[in-house]
Order: sequence, then C-alpha cells, then structure tokens
Amino acid sequence: MGAATFDHVGERTPFQKFLGQILPVVGYVVLIIAALTQIVPFVLTVANSFKCLPVVNTAPAAFLPLPPFGVACKTPEGETLSAEATSSGLAFNPSLEGYEQVFQQNLGLWLINSAIYSVVVMLLRLVLDSLAGYALARIKFPGSRMLFMSMLGTMMIPGIVLLIPRFIILRQLGMVNNYSGIIIPLMVDAFGIFLMKQFFETIPSDIEEAAQVDGANRFVMFFRVILPMATPALTALAIFSFQGMWNNFLDILIVVGGNQNLWNLPLGLSFLRGQSGEALVWNEFLAGSVVTTLPMAILFFMFQRYFVEGSTYSGLAGQ
Amino acid sequence: MAQAASIKSAATRTSTQADSKFQDAVAGWVFMAPAFLVIFIFLVLPMLAAIFFSLTNWNGIRPLFTGDGSFNAEAFEMVGLENYQRLLIEDGSRQQAFFTALKNTVYFVLGVVPVQTLLALGLAVIVNQRWLKGKGFFRTAFYFPSISSSVVISLIFMFLFASNGIINQGIKAIFPSYENVTWLNDATGIIHALLGALGITRDTVGGWATTEIAGIPLWNWLSGPSVTMLMIMILNTWTTIGTMMVIFLSALQNIPGQVYEAATVDGASAGQTFRKITVPLLRPTTFFIITLGLIGTFQVFDQIYVISSGGPADTTLTIAYLVFRSGFDDQRMGLATATAIVLFIIIFIFTLIQRRITGGDKAI
Repeated sequence: MGAATFDHVGERTPFQKFLGQILPVVGYVVLIIAALTQIVPFVLTVANSFKCLPVVNTAPAAFLPLPPFGVACKTPEGETLSAEATSSGLAFNPSLEGYEQVFQQNLGLWLINSAIYSVVVMLLRLVLDSLAGYALARIKFPGSRMLFMSMLGTMMIPGIVLLIPRFIILRQLGMVNNYSGIIIPLMVDAFGIFLMKQFFETIPSDIEEAAQVDGANRFVMFFRVILPMATPALTALAIFSFQGMWNNFLDILIVVGGNQNLWNLPLGLSFLRGQSGEALVWNEFLAGSVVTTLPMAILFFMFQRYFVEGSTYSGLAGQ
Repeated sequence: MAQAASIKSAATRTSTQADSKFQDAVAGWVFMAPAFLVIFIFLVLPMLAAIFFSLTNWNGIRPLFTGDGSFNAEAFEMVGLENYQRLLIEDGSRQQAFFTALKNTVYFVLGVVPVQTLLALGLAVIVNQRWLKGKGFFRTAFYFPSISSSVVISLIFMFLFASNGIINQGIKAIFPSYENVTWLNDATGIIHALLGALGITRDTVGGWATTEIAGIPLWNWLSGPSVTMLMIMILNTWTTIGTMMVIFLSALQNIPGQVYEAATVDGASAGQTFRKITVPLLRPTTFFIITLGLIGTFQVFDQIYVISSGGPADTTLTIAYLVFRSGFDDQRMGLATATAIVLFIIIFIFTLIQRRITGGDKAI
C-alpha cells in the first residue's frame, strides 16, 4: 500500500490537477473582492460629495453622475428640492452644494496651513536629516555611535507617551498656538536620518576623496557633490515627510488646537464633525474629505514607486 | 640637515593628521547639531519629563516658573507612586477608568493584529503567484487607503456605517429581516450578544459573574468589544492591510526562486512548501509587521476622537484616549503621564511576548 502511494510521486493526481485549475480562479475572486472593498468606499465618497443632501440620505449608493451637471439643490425661493428631483435609481445629478458649503467654512485657510506645515517640514527635514545622516555614515567623530544608538532608541518610544511632556515643554518655550510649535519639533525625524544614513553608506568613498583633493571643504562638498547624488533617497524622504505632515492630526490638535487660524485640514474636518452634533451634513463633510485626499492622491499616482518602495524599505514611516 | 628635514616633514604629517581628525570631529558635530538639539529637546527630554511628572500631582495650569524665571515651588507636590497606585491598585473611579480602557484596548489589539497580519499575508501570497496578471493594479488598490488621513477615513466609515447608510442598506437588501444596527452608538459587547443569542445572560451564568475585579464585574470583563468598537476595528484593519501586504510581498519576492524549484524537485506539495519554506523565511518580516501592528493599535486615538470620543458608555475608551482625557479635559497632567508610561510598559511587554511566539528573537 505504501509502495502504491509512492509510485505516484512526481505525477499529479486528478485532485491536484483540479486544484491547479481552481486555485487561480479562487485567487482572482478573493483579490477582486478585496480590491473592491478598498476602492468602493472612495468612489462612494466622491459620488456623495457631489450630491444634494437629501440624495445622500435616501440614495447613498447612487454612483452614476448624469447631466444636468451642477444643479442647484434649492429652488430660487430657497426651498430644498426633494431627493427625487435630482436622483433616480443609481443615477444622480451632480451638484456643487457640498463644496460651496465647506469652502464657506474655513477650508481654504486649513488648506493653506496644511500646505505650509507639509512643505516647510519637508524642506527642513531634507536638509537636516541628510546632514545628520551623512555625519553618521561618513564622518568619524567622537560620540557618533552613541548618537546613532540613542536615535534608534527614540524610534521605539510610542508617540502617545511624549504627548503631554512635549506639550509642557512647548508651553514653557512659548511655542503653543504658534507655527513654530509644530515645525520646530518635527523638522528632524529619526526615521529620515536613518534612511539617509543607509543611503550615504552606499556612495563610494573615492568620490569624496577626489573632491577633498580639489580642496573643497566638508560643507561645500556636501551640498555640491554628495546631496545631488542622493536624489532617490531624498525623493522618498520628501514624500514620507509630506504625507506624514499632510495627514498629521494629533500634533496639530495638541499644539495649535486653541488657535483656529492655525488648523490644518484634518483638524478642521474633525471640528466640523464635532460641531454638527446629530445633523451630519454629509455632502459637506465628504467634499472636505475629497479636498483633503486629492493632493495626496495626485502625489501617489505620480510617485507611486517611491511610496511602495519606501514602505517596503521600512514601514516605520509616520512614526 | 637631511635628518632634520625628515623629522620636520614627519612632524607636519602628524600635525595634519591630528588637524584632520579635529576637523572631522568639528564637522561631525556641526552636521549633527540641529538634529541632536531637536531630538534631545523634543524626544529625550519629554521622555524624562514624562517620568518626572508622573510622580507629581501637577494640574498643568499652575505655572512652573514665577515671573522672574525662578522655579515655582507651589506648582506641584511630589506624590511618589500615588498616581500609579490610583490607576492600578486603589479602588475608585481612576482605577475603574484605567481598567475599562485597558480592557477595550486589549480587545482592540487582539482583534485587529492577528486579522490584519493574516489578511495581509494571504493577499501578498496570492499577488505573488506567477499566474497572476495585473499585480500592479492590485498593489495600487490595496495601498491606496493608507495614503489618506485618519480623520478622512473616520468620516468615510461614519458615512458608510450610518444607521440608514450603505452598509445597513446592503445587509437589509440581502437579509430582509435584518434590523438596522446603530453601528456608531451601540455599547453591546459582541461576545455578550453572541452568548445572548445562545440564551446565556448575566442572570443565567451564576453568581461569579457579579464578582468585581478592579471595579469591573467579571461578566463585563467578558463583554468583548462593543459594536461601535468593532466598527473601528474594521476601519483600522481596512486601512493598514495595504501597507502590510506590500511589505510581505517584497519579502516574498526576495525569496530566491531556486529554493522553491528545489522543493518541487524533491516532491514537496504546495502546502508543505508554504509551511516549511515560506513561513520560516518570512519570520523576520512577520515579527516586524506584528510589532508595527502592536505599536499602532495600542495607541489608537484619532479614529476614537473623531468617531466616538470614547463612548458609548466608555466602550471605545482606549488607553491613548484616556491619556488625552485625563491630561487635557481633567487637567491632571501627573495622572495622564503615569497612564502613558504604563501604556509604554504594556506595549514593551507585548512586543517581548510576540518576539517569543513568532521566533523573532531567533530570526534577527
């Protein structure tokens, strides 16, 4: 009996053949369902952001935009149109009501603040993280090993532990409710230094030696010779910094929560939600969500490779 | 004469060497200075301050320094381990709040981490199959949600799970007898609900159910996550599996094809190959993913803040949210930092335990 089974080694039994045919089908089905659950919520978000409020409530699943486009949700006399007037079945007439309303809130200001935080922090990190990463990778100086180890150590501290003491320190320094309170503590990050250090270690050292013979000092050499070679690592770092700051909620809430003029998009949206109580104005919220996500989505489709490579390199981003 | 010249040149050489060593030290510290200052002032110092303030009763309002810059001795008192005692040992509202938050957080972590890891691994294995077309499309689709802000995702989920929202309408379309669940405001524990369906309730299980541990009856300890918490768990899993899938996928692609070819030649079945080759080789990645998952889930905050603020009936109160609430709503900075430090220790212990279980200690 044992021999009989062994005879079949290397040959595929009918069951295995059946399995070989059925598995790809099952695989595709699983992947397609999974992909749909990831995509459909965003499609519905975009669709509902363009609906009149009654349609969001009665036909949230309608996703086919049909002309006329840009319909008004109210009659000239100011009465709200019924859901049936601007939708039928899975189709709806797009309206800009949600976007108009959310921009009447402070959305424009929050958008500008989001851009300021993201761009300034990104630029500072590009310079400061690569300076530090280069020093750790290439310059022999006393204390470098200790600095590197303690930096790795700080990457392990959960952000929530630092929440309150960091707030206390910022307040002592007069940096609460102030752009500097967001920008200065976040203008360097351990992950970025780590990323740049790893990259600089791959650059051959003869290039530096050649530059040194030419009499360039360290700073000139760093900015003229080394940094231009680091474009791929800098791109990854730029994207991660930008994304982290664009979506930052907790730091903004704690440090500038008290000054509406300094809020970014996520804090602004959470405020709109909190303010609304039971009556959630969904077309307005979803319009705000679309405005918040769109810049990141554009960046993602432009630089997808760096997003994916960055997280495979280390999923520690955003910490 | 010649001898003197050679001595002189040797001296210059050593002095240039010493010079360049000195220059390197200066350059090194100048390059590091901004990073060092920021990390010291905003990461290391806060960590030390957290430990210090957890031993005080400071309310966060009384100024730490008087007008002339000297230390204000009346700002707070040193209370030793009193904050920790109140959280962990002394019966009272603080202890009850902490253990409620601990219970909710642990249900959250134990529900989300295994599911997100297994789903991410499963999807990565399928995407990695040779016969699969459109790998790039699937990777993009899975990755996309993770680029979005936690606040936006929370709003989208509140919209989908609203009581007359798409999820409820969808379930109703399939099961006409379904009664709408108020996902956003339902404190029922899901284990309680399942037991209830089997006819097991607090009154039928016997007297032990009312015994209290840390101010919470045993029966309530066994509630499971509430319906609202379950929704936030689904949200969290949904957002994170994309990134985790991508990390698993790149680890899978790093396994050399020859390893699998050799296994096939030796007559190993697909199941054996997966268990004996793929799983062990993925061990460091799995350890990394689970660590990320633990750190992320133990600190869940944004979604709670936006969706439920800890309610209904404190069933979505997590430890991170409790830190925020005691610090900024109750003005108890000492207690809040003590809570945060206990959370730090819990995360650390969980990471060590999972290192043992996944064998991460052997792999790295």
